[in-house]
Amino acid sequence: MALDSQKTDGFKQVGTRPDRPDGVDKVTGRARFGADMTAPGMLWGAIVRSPHAHARIVKIDTSKAEAMDGVKAVVTRADFSTSVAPARGMRGEMWNTLENVMAGETALYDGHAVAAVAATSALAARDAMKAIEVEYEVLPHVTDVDKAMAEDAPVIRADTAEASVPEGMHPNVVRYHESGHGDLGAGFAEADLVVEEHFVTEATHQGYIEPHACLATLGGDGKGELWCCTQGHWNVQKVCAALLDLETSQLRVTASEIGGGFGGKTTVFIEPVALALSRKANKPVKVVMTRSEVFRASGPTASTSMDIRIGMKKDGTITAASGVFRCQGGAFPGAPMEFTAMCAFAPYNLKNVSQIGYDVMTNRPKQAAYRAPGSPMAAFAVESVIDELCNKLDLDTIDTRLKNASKEGTQASFGPKWDRIGLVETLEAAKAHPHYSEPLKPGQGRGISCGFWFNHGGETAVSLALSEDGTAQLAVGTPDIGGSRASMAMMAAEELGIPYENVRCTVVDTASLGYNEISHGSRVTYASGLATIKAARDAVKKLCARAAAKWGIPEDAVKWEDGCAVPSGPNAGEHDPMPLAKITAKMGATGGPIVGHFEATPEGAGVSFATHIVDAEVDQETGKTSVSRYTVVQDAGKAIHPTYVEGQFQGGAAQGIGWALNEEYVYGDDGRLQNATFLDYRIPVASDLPMIDTVIVEVPNPGHPYGVRGVGETSICPPLAAIANAVSNAAGVRLTQLPMSPPRILRALGTHD
Amino acid sequence: MQYHTPATFGDAVAIASGAEGVTRFLAGGTDVLVQLRSDLVEPDNLIDIKRVPGASDITKNPDGSWTLGVAATGAEMSEHAELGRDWPGLVEAMDLIGSTQVQGRATLTGNLCNGSPAADSVPAMFAAGVTVSVTGPDGMRQVPVEQIPAGPGKTNLAKGELISAVHVPARRAGGGDAYLRFIPRTEMDIAVVGCGVNLALNGDTITEARVALGAVAPTVVMVPDAAAAIVGTTLDDAALAKLSEAAAAACNPIDDKRGTIAFRTHVAGVLARRVARIAYDRAKG
Ligand SMILES: Cc1cc2nc3c(=O)[nH]c(=O)nc-3n(C[C@H](O)[C@H](O)[C@H](O)COP(=O)(O)OP(=O)(O)OC[C@H]3O[C@@H](n4cnc5c(N)ncnc54)[C@H](O)[C@@H]3O)c2cc1C
Repeated sequence: MALDSQKTDGFKQVGTRPDRPDGVDKVTGRARFGADMTAPGMLWGAIVRSPHAHARIVKIDTSKAEAMDGVKAVVTRADFSTSVAPARGMRGEMWNTLENVMAGETALYDGHAVAAVAATSALAARDAMKAIEVEYEVLPHVTDVDKAMAEDAPVIRADTAEASVPEGMHPNVVRYHESGHGDLGAGFAEADLVVEEHFVTEATHQGYIEPHACLATLGGDGKGELWCCTQGHWNVQKVCAALLDLETSQLRVTASEIGGGFGGKTTVFIEPVALALSRKANKPVKVVMTRSEVFRASGPTASTSMDIRIGMKKDGTITAASGVFRCQGGAFPGAPMEFTAMCAFAPYNLKNVSQIGYDVMTNRPKQAAYRAPGSPMAAFAVESVIDELCNKLDLDTIDTRLKNASKEGTQASFGPKWDRIGLVETLEAAKAHPHYSEPLKPGQGRGISCGFWFNHGGETAVSLALSEDGTAQLAVGTPDIGGSRASMAMMAAEELGIPYENVRCTVVDTASLGYNEISHGSRVTYASGLATIKAARDAVKKLCARAAAKWGIPEDAVKWEDGCAVPSGPNAGEHDPMPLAKITAKMGATGGPIVGHFEATPEGAGVSFATHIVDAEVDQETGKTSVSRYTVVQDAGKAIHPTYVEGQFQGGAAQGIGWALNEEYVYGDDGRLQNATFLDYRIPVASDLPMIDTVIVEVPNPGHPYGVRGVGETSICPPLAAIANAVSNAAGVRLTQLPMSPPRILRALGTHD
Repeated sequence: MQYHTPATFGDAVAIASGAEGVTRFLAGGTDVLVQLRSDLVEPDNLIDIKRVPGASDITKNPDGSWTLGVAATGAEMSEHAELGRDWPGLVEAMDLIGSTQVQGRATLTGNLCNGSPAADSVPAMFAAGVTVSVTGPDGMRQVPVEQIPAGPGKTNLAKGELISAVHVPARRAGGGDAYLRFIPRTEMDIAVVGCGVNLALNGDTITEARVALGAVAPTVVMVPDAAAAIVGTTLDDAALAKLSEAAAAACNPIDDKRGTIAFRTHVAGVLARRVARIAYDRAKG
């Protein structure tokens, strides 16, 4: 049996569109999210947060709160690990996380946690929280990325910069990236036209509808249970154990259903606090963030300041390209500037290219991942300049991109040679799409953009247990953030040859499987999918062995076909096919339970490219934009469940529309966040969106048994640029700052200053 | 916190007059309950006026004027076909508030008494010439709606006073009203600028006009200069340009997360033009 050959056609399940297994639970309210769990004797936690952007914590007086009725515990930084040590750059990430979860000597941003309380009701906890007195010495602050790099900027934390940061830079610049190849000078000299432009994007929030929530139980014996909404509970287990000096295996973490994450739930915020409160009160403690806490103190994406320079010949050949990308990710290292830099020119096959990235600290919340961290901003800047070059040289925007497109074998802007990739196929599909040739109405503009994301594999463990009746229980460790349980069940059913409905896929707790990396990097359908297929093949091998034993023939004389063991080969003899359920019915007596499993760190994630087409209209009197038509074309490698692939495509476009047009973190001069509500943090509402059309391109990923590539992140890479290009073409003026809110558009049009 | 459900406005006034600390009347609660839950206010007394008999009635009086109960909701107003025929601008302004769920609770009076300069129904009420009955410890008086707002979050109602009814004038032949707001999205947002216009025609010529702006000053404001700019005209381009200028000149906005001074001032002029055109077309029938 060839277990490792790639299968790309002849599927029975893959490519169909069954209902998702969690659908009924979700529409009936039976699904349990983070805040839906309770425990006997449970307390409620509330977190005291800094009202200052930057302040030394002089004193915390908890005595009044502790004396209040119903208050059972108060914690401060003293209640967390003292063995986690700071270090430069990302090597200090565990300490950075601790410092972010509960401030030490200094409050580093508006909303930074400084203390927490647990009481017998949510109201009592809220009242007690107000009774905790914190004395601050306010320090100078900075929230803007360019200002944070300026000579006179306040130093947020000395000695945080990595050695790679060039001499003479402000201490707030903590990491540096540089890559590229060729000779820029020679390349720009060859160009007929060079366009250089400065771009700025504001921080945005993932905007998941479910606020962070958890229920924690931790005893003095160091044994704990944690229920929380997260994209990765093994990571929560590992980090919480470190921050509280526990043994990792003594803390069991269960992931709830998740009401959106988009990268924002790949770290911890309230979980260690709830555990610390529980340990102190010796009772279960529930903590649920308010929306305002989510905005102020979870992890939005980075804001950026970027300079792009691209040279082009009259025929559309790009001769050289360079970019400088400054990203701020809050008061800690970690802004994804290396991804911004590496993704920027990835779609293009360039002889001369250079990209430089700076990771800059400011007094803002610690950034977290947001779908393809760093890449959408890069695409905004680069693809805007390409659009400008095409406009000025009167070139077709898709043909020009095709002319310069990265392909299998060409060298990526950040170094390696590309494997099989599908950029050209997405561009060709976009060109052939009726949207691209539809005439524009007066006042409309059209924008095109490509986008790129790496995708990821990561540590993965899956187990598949067969039941007596011939059904299967599939245990995975990657929280389902996009319909993955349906896709997993389909892949298992495909391999086992049983109906989709006969597979129940569950996201199990940390005690039930080996380490599973977070559901991030668009890795789930790729990596858990690969592991599911291999676990099913492992189970099939065991099923075949039972049939072989029954028939008295060698194991390799049995193969698996349509859900049955069948004899195969010259010495196998004549036997009727033996269905799966017949084998499992007797498995207790023929060798015991049959379980297939697979554990590995798959490396062949397979990158993904997309091309988006957008039409937009701008009201020239008010600056208001409406997106009138939107088409997403993306390489999925192989779409297991096409509806959920399309859902990811549409979701990326929808979030991109918000990011491009109205979403932004607005800070006052006092460094406080001005718009920590959904009223003023303007994500698109349903009526703001056009129908988002999708085209699934399938260029199989050589690294997956069915050719799957991750699709969750690439879809948010092109929208900012595609929309900016459409808006710029509609307005007749180049927009270089996001969001393109109505006041900014009127300013660009010169209506007022 | 004490929750009261008085059966008459007199009882409500008595409770409010005698109450200590923070008192809030509760109509639809779409402001009050949100403020409570987000910990902005914790009233000592919450006086629910929805149980007062007739509080949800919408009545057309024999003279053609309308009396609206203080608990009549946006949804009830939108579903009232005749009210919508008489006062399409007022009804569309109320209908812009929130979502379907919010419409099932939100009221004109709540919108007015919440005191937001950006309240959507208020410029439409100003333009329509609405008056309200104010009931208090000293009895009842009827006052023009313009006299209620005092500043952001503040009204001119004294301790113990509440609004017990909303009076909308009769719609005469040759009249029409309209309301538009500017928001960066298509719904579920707060007005960056709002504008209500109500006018009456004789033939093609405007004989009377009332123009009000929201979200451009500490309270909703009447703009008599804007009205004067179009009275006596057929709303030709010159009149529209003057209207625009007058509207912009009446603005005294702030720079904030929702819009800049320059933007609000400019858009006030744009909206005034657009709203006046709609009201004019409606008046012509
Ligand atoms: C999701 C959402 C969206 C919204 N969108 C909009 C919008 O688009 N535009 C807009 O303008 N508003 C909006 N609002 C605000 C709110 O819905 C409106 O202001 C609504 O009209 C308030 O009416 P209510 O009956 O719910 O008032 P309540 O909340 O009951 O009361 C509001 C205020 O009025 C006082 N009050 C109520 N009745 C009386 C009375 N009879 N006498 C004296 N004082 C009284 C109350 O004490 C309180 O101070 C929105 C609210 C939500 C939650």
